[in-house]
Amino acid sequence: MRIMAQMSMVMNLDKCIGCHTCSVTCKQTWTNRPGTEYVYFNNVETKPGLGYPRQYEDQNIWNGGWELDRKGRLRLKGGSRLRRLLSIFYNPDLPTIEDYHDPFTFDYAKLITAPPGTSSPSVSARSALTGREMVPNWGVNWEDDLAGAPQRALGDPNIVAMSEKVRLDFESVFMFYLPRICEHCLNPSCVASCPSGAMYKREEDGIVLVDQDRCRGWRYCVSGCPYKKVYFNHKTGKAEKCTLCFPRIEIGLPTICSETCPGRLRYLGLVLYDADAVAKAAATSDPQDLYEAQLSTLLDPSDPKVIEEAEAQGIPHDWMIAARRSPTYALIAKYKVALPLHPEFRTMPMVWYIPPLSPVAEAASASGYDPDDPDTIFASIDTLRIPIQYLANLLSAGKIEPVRSSLRKLAYVRSMMREKQLGAYREFKIESDDLTMVEAQDLFRLLAVARYEDRYVIPQAHEENAGRLLAQHSLSGCALEAQDDSYGQGHVTSHFMISNPANSESGGKRIDPAIRDDKGRLHLRLLEVSPVNQLQGGCGL
Amino acid sequence: MKGVTAPELFWWVILPYIALATFVIGHIWRYRYDQFGWTSRSTQLQEKRLLKWGSPLFHYATFAAIGGHIIGILIPESWTAAIGIPENIYRWFSATAGTAAAIGVIIGVIILASRRMFVARVRATTSPVDWLALILLAIVIIIGIVETVGVNLLGSGYNYRQSVSLWFRGLFVGNPDVNAIAHAPLLYQIHATAAWAVIMVWPFSRLVHAWSYPVWYLWRPFLVYRTRKAQRPNEPGTSGRRWRRIGVRY
Ligand code: HEM
Ligand code: SF4
Ligand code: SF4
Repeated sequence: MRIMAQMSMVMNLDKCIGCHTCSVTCKQTWTNRPGTEYVYFNNVETKPGLGYPRQYEDQNIWNGGWELDRKGRLRLKGGSRLRRLLSIFYNPDLPTIEDYHDPFTFDYAKLITAPPGTSSPSVSARSALTGREMVPNWGVNWEDDLAGAPQRALGDPNIVAMSEKVRLDFESVFMFYLPRICEHCLNPSCVASCPSGAMYKREEDGIVLVDQDRCRGWRYCVSGCPYKKVYFNHKTGKAEKCTLCFPRIEIGLPTICSETCPGRLRYLGLVLYDADAVAKAAATSDPQDLYEAQLSTLLDPSDPKVIEEAEAQGIPHDWMIAARRSPTYALIAKYKVALPLHPEFRTMPMVWYIPPLSPVAEAASASGYDPDDPDTIFASIDTLRIPIQYLANLLSAGKIEPVRSSLRKLAYVRSMMREKQLGAYREFKIESDDLTMVEAQDLFRLLAVARYEDRYVIPQAHEENAGRLLAQHSLSGCALEAQDDSYGQGHVTSHFMISNPANSESGGKRIDPAIRDDKGRLHLRLLEVSPVNQLQGGCGL
Repeated sequence: MKGVTAPELFWWVILPYIALATFVIGHIWRYRYDQFGWTSRSTQLQEKRLLKWGSPLFHYATFAAIGGHIIGILIPESWTAAIGIPENIYRWFSATAGTAAAIGVIIGVIILASRRMFVARVRATTSPVDWLALILLAIVIIIGIVETVGVNLLGSGYNYRQSVSLWFRGLFVGNPDVNAIAHAPLLYQIHATAAWAVIMVWPFSRLVHAWSYPVWYLWRPFLVYRTRKAQRPNEPGTSGRRWRRIGVRY
């Protein structure tokens, strides 16, 4: 068993109001540069809809993620390594700018320079790529609030996969928002697709990053990611992706998208998982079992055996405490209300979603149920096939049961609290097989009242450990062991490349995350090097 | 070196050595200080229908052409003769294989160049050094093709292995035969000169991507893990181009 810590996120879809604050603040922080005009590390989609880039979920088009070969072994859907090297001059699976959108701005100068006249001047759109006039006809959020849904939404791969006919007329339509960032997967196909070895997963917290100095612009990570969350900066010629705001995470702050979300629907915390079990779980034969398989790789941070083993393997004590307090672990593994986005891509994503109850309640009232009566909500969860099947296609490879179970728990919490508030004239009578009253109270607190420090439980990075393995970085890819033979191209290939966890002194000196300079300005201390580490070499570049 | 004038000496000996030195030192410098700029700078995001044909055609044919050059100018005629390949057979082979490669390269480069010129999105991403490299490459390619097809396949033929090759190989052993190149047909002289220019521009253009062909991907483990490592910020001025200021052209 090799225990690794993973920073993970859960989003409660019921609370997303589609305000795009997360996208905007993310863009201001990370992608407001030339070359990334079209890039949204965080974007919010209206579902049902095609998404961004267009129809990214349909892997028959884009060949992202993993699949099983005839012998049941995991391999990249984009083809063998050799094939990738031979077709490196043209990547057959790459989306073009039209699939994202030709980013546009407006020639605002016209507003002031227009000659005096009777009509107000109007401005036209200009492509940020060419500077030419253009007519925008697609965008990152073109389908906001189901705009154009009658023409397009039936092409949503989650709808295509449904046997029922979905109606898009106003009365019976359902919709919700889906905010998306990089999933920081446990089995990232972007990393596996990168021929240069420039992409890597950080051992300490599982954040997946692109080494800008080693990226050579072969652009296979873009097509390898089934969520299309690696982007090509057309100005620098390098890949860029969501960083989970690692400079903030390292000092214990939540990501910008979480920090600024007015819905307060994002949770950040650690989960522990067994890295040795990931490859096997990802190769589970029935896609509908992938959700459970992924759950089974997660480890209970309160289990004494796990605690002992984790600390022996060098996970710092304060990280273990944080793991036990983790809201994401609670929502994912304890209450099992959060589900992974498209587990069938087999990348083991680590941004999970609590399915929205409201579209179901809406649908209940549309079909004549009383949405205020908790009993009918339960009944409708079981009978309203369409929204539920849709959510299942999104969150559990089409398997209804996990979605239904999650929604029932949410409905239970909702009606229990309702009964409590209105208890004076209505007797509390709801039973649940899944939740005890106490657990439901806990879940209610976590979902409804959790404060900043309960939503974001982020242990600071241990600076004293940074660079402790520098001496071992000389091998290419900065890694040592190749351990697992069950993967990919047969004998010489192995899945994992994990450097030896030197036992670290975890309780070392902590350094203040921020310092004030003479003028009183606050500086964040990102990574400070101790003199010993400076002497050693870099990452074999 | 009898009968060699000073300009000839400069053009056919000193200039090539300057080019070679620029090539070597330029690469070392670029590799050390501009890892961030070391990329193929793909334009597939902007346009893919033309690239689909142009890029593979151009690259594969270029590799064939480079292979041909290695055989043609680095391997002495006496060696091929020694293993029993007569000059006329050799020339016939070099002309047909060369022609096949030439057709691939020329079609490829026409597609790529017209894409650069006429697809607005691609043109907008093209930097001056891209233009320089592409124009020089085009000169080398077009003249090379005239030599291969016009002179060796259809024309009277010219045994460059008795002249140009001697000079070229001599450069590497410190004994270049200047007379051989100085009296070669003009086409061969322009071809050689433009090739040196490409060599000189190479380390400063996107052509550096050719050295990064990631063969070791074939046996690398799929997933790469790294530990957070402490790093000092680069010394000022040595960190390559980094992220450009907003509004700055490519
Ligand atoms: C050895 C391995 C090589 C690899 C893997 C490689 C790969 C690539 C790739 C991926 C691109 C970007 C295509 C795109 O826009 O998506 C590219 C472009 C280019 N390569 Fe190579 N290349 C190699 C060697 C060479 C050589 C030897 C030359 C020339 C002598 C060359 C000249 C070019 C040129 C001129 C372009 C720009 C094409 C354009 O105008 O868009 N490459 N190469
Ligand atoms: S979601 Fe993120 S970690 Fe997963 S494959 Fe895509 S880019 Fe990689
Ligand atoms: S996730 Fe939060 S910030 Fe983003 S759209 Fe939803 S409510 Fe707004």
